Amino acid sequence: MAIKIQNDAFDVGKEVSDFSAAQPDAGAVVTFTGLVRNDGQDLQHLLIEHYPAMTGPAIAKIVEQAKQRWALTDCLVIHRFGQLAPGEPIMMVATAAVHRAEAFAAADFLMDYLKSRAPFWKKEIRAISQTWVSADIKDEAALDRWKPD
Amino acid sequence: MINVVYFAWVRERIGLSEESVETAATTVTGLVQELCAREDRYAAAFEDLSALRVALDQELSDFEAPLENVREVAFFPPMTGG
Repeated sequence: MAIKIQNDAFDVGKEVSDFSAAQPDAGAVVTFTGLVRNDGQDLQHLLIEHYPAMTGPAIAKIVEQAKQRWALTDCLVIHRFGQLAPGEPIMMVATAAVHRAEAFAAADFLMDYLKSRAPFWKKEIRAISQTWVSADIKDEAALDRWKPD
Repeated sequence: MINVVYFAWVRERIGLSEESVETAATTVTGLVQELCAREDRYAAAFEDLSALRVALDQELSDFEAPLENVREVAFFPPMTGG
């Protein structure tokens, strides 16, 4: 289980192949990569701020919950901070399990929680304006589907 | 003394990322009231508490939580990770 919080760019292909190669017991690897969206407007870059003392522990807690819920053989979370250009990878998760259902569900869960419970904040820098991205009410609501009935 | 940290637009409105605060407050709300009484920039940042989140010693908490034994309080807007 690895968690990397970094400013540096990462190579998605290499991360996925290294992760997959390290899974002798898995039959399934699911990965998700989040990119800086270039929404056709004048986005120059995204500035991602985080709370260094909290980021690692908060992500570790989310990963721990995923491990308790699904039989994962491994999992990887990479999340960047700092200045990122449109099209660059912001983050990725990879989950490995014996069968695909667990790997898919855990990746989905990790993404939902990373969105709303990992202490990152995004600011969009445009030629004429700078705006903090506000949290989407749908993202908070998405957490409800993981709560026990 | 308690360490208070601010992120994103809260940090920008207050104009500080971190400060040490001498406080008599026993809850987060009490601390917010003390800060707001200090200067307008705090009042501007804490205008709508429903738009803010708070973490106590790096754990997400709430505004009614006690400050006893807490070393660091963080104020920030809802997180936008992923």
